[in-house]
Amino acid sequence: MKKGIGLPVFPGVAIGPAVVYRKAQRTLPVSSGDPAVEKAKFEAALETARQQLTALFEKAKVEIGEEQAAIVEVQLLMLDDLDYLDGVNMAIEGGAAAAIAALDTGEEFAQVFAAMDDEYMNARSADIRDMSHRLYDILCGNTGFQLPEGSFLLVAEDLAPSETIQLPRERIMAFITRQGSSSSHTAILARTLNIPSLVQSDIPFEAAEGCKVLAVDGFTGTWYADPDEQTLAMLKVKQAEAAAARDALEAYRGKESITRSGKKVLLVANIGCPEDAVDALKADAEGVGLMRSEFLYLGRDSLPTEEELFDAYRKVAETMAHRPVVIRTLDIGADKQVSYLGLEAEENPALGLRGLRICLTREEIFRPQLRAIYRASAYGNLHIMFPMVASVWELKAAKALCAKVRKELEEEGIPTKDVPIGVMVETPAAAVLAHELAKEAAFFSVGTNDLTQYTLAVDRQNAKLGQFYDPYHPALLALLAHIAKAAKDNGIWAGICGELGADPKMQEKFIEMGFTELSMAAGRILESRKLVCQSNV
Amino acid sequence: MKEIKYVITDPLGMHARPAGMLVKAAAPYESKITVTAPTGSADAKRLMALMRLAAKQGMELTLTIEGADEDKAAAELQAFLSANL
Repeated sequence: MKKGIGLPVFPGVAIGPAVVYRKAQRTLPVSSGDPAVEKAKFEAALETARQQLTALFEKAKVEIGEEQAAIVEVQLLMLDDLDYLDGVNMAIEGGAAAAIAALDTGEEFAQVFAAMDDEYMNARSADIRDMSHRLYDILCGNTGFQLPEGSFLLVAEDLAPSETIQLPRERIMAFITRQGSSSSHTAILARTLNIPSLVQSDIPFEAAEGCKVLAVDGFTGTWYADPDEQTLAMLKVKQAEAAAARDALEAYRGKESITRSGKKVLLVANIGCPEDAVDALKADAEGVGLMRSEFLYLGRDSLPTEEELFDAYRKVAETMAHRPVVIRTLDIGADKQVSYLGLEAEENPALGLRGLRICLTREEIFRPQLRAIYRASAYGNLHIMFPMVASVWELKAAKALCAKVRKELEEEGIPTKDVPIGVMVETPAAAVLAHELAKEAAFFSVGTNDLTQYTLAVDRQNAKLGQFYDPYHPALLALLAHIAKAAKDNGIWAGICGELGADPKMQEKFIEMGFTELSMAAGRILESRKLVCQSNV
Repeated sequence: MKEIKYVITDPLGMHARPAGMLVKAAAPYESKITVTAPTGSADAKRLMALMRLAAKQGMELTLTIEGADEDKAAAELQAFLSANL
């Protein structure tokens, strides 16, 4: 048995024979020496490519879906691009063989797109390369890759968009590529097809070609060539469990999260950075319930600029579009320290200068973040949430600053939208004062981790206190019920954004109490929706 | 010369597909058609040049159309933009 690793792009287990996809060897064409002849060859190749791509477009539309079909359609359009054709003709007139002219001109354009400051356009360089490689292959008389019979795991260096479309998807059990990324075409296809796959794997082609059975564990990102009996048995159990669980959950994709008695709940994701928002959408999140805004402040030597913050918030706002996004303002201090803020070391940081307390005492830190959020508000459906509130005056002070910032932006002619302002309820004081706070806040979201630690006076960093850190403690449940009632009485919504939000033992109870939003890791959304939809509360 | 102004409403901006459709819509006309975005200018009959504008939602495009069939082209392109971008 040989084994190794890769970056998993879709969970699951596949076991079967391996096929190594190698691009066929090409014979390097030599120019006939006559530009007119080479141009005629190129014209003929264009026509062949057009036919191939048109056939591929039809196949993709029927078998794989609009997204992949659109990729082929773009390549069809690129074939006729005047700049590309001009470039090829110029290269041919300069003495190049048609095949080389097609390839090199494509590469030039691909590099221009790869260097653009636009992620979407960067990815188009793969389409340009794919299109010019197709012409090159046609001009080299390449017949392409022959696939064997039956189902198999496909091992490749990397797969171009049109290569992945040409493959018979019903027979592919997994992709394992040595290159690629989690946003490469192979990864997208793996997720579209729901097959476990690894990219950036360390698998040697010899190991894949020499083995009878290849297995991929998409949960752990491991591949096994000729797994031993014990490993094989373990993988088979995982495979059966995963298949059953996934089938059951997929039925809930795109569904409303609503209980049998008609209570509607918003199932949203916790994120840290703009990239997470993309994953949240893929996981079918109905919004973002907690964006931990610290990520831009940690692991660096200076404060992030307003522009950097604005960029990050705008990306999240645009990604989530109309869906609600709750940004928690900077919650630094306690277990998250940054040196450049010059905060003094504290005897008891959990009860120290942290969260909103820093923001209210250090306006030069808080103001750029609020400006960035308000500027980004024009691009989506943003909400602001303040952490570590214990008194009504703190909320009022922070809200006043928000109003001031917004007014300034308006005077500068920068568009903003109304941004609902809420409280992260995580101190017992805020929970007890919920009725008063609810008159000033647009929503509540309960941070159950800190609320548990503060209510029970149990340090959650101290492993020895494990048995005393009880998130189901009756005192905590009483506070939660009180918070939900205060919200309801004052006509605002309340959610849960701590770890308990995804706890299947608690979710029904939360809904019963009157919470209407549960925020969690993106991967838990579908299983939570299943629970909500099957619930009678 | 005719001029059309249009603010992009497509959330994805002028990505590859609408850019390709714009090329197809512009191609039949003899007139010289130039697309200007805040990011630069491009010939509306050249796909990759249009894509390199990386024009996003909310950006204003200005199309200048100059030639014998500019009236017809302007009317058609105005309709095209409203329907596709």
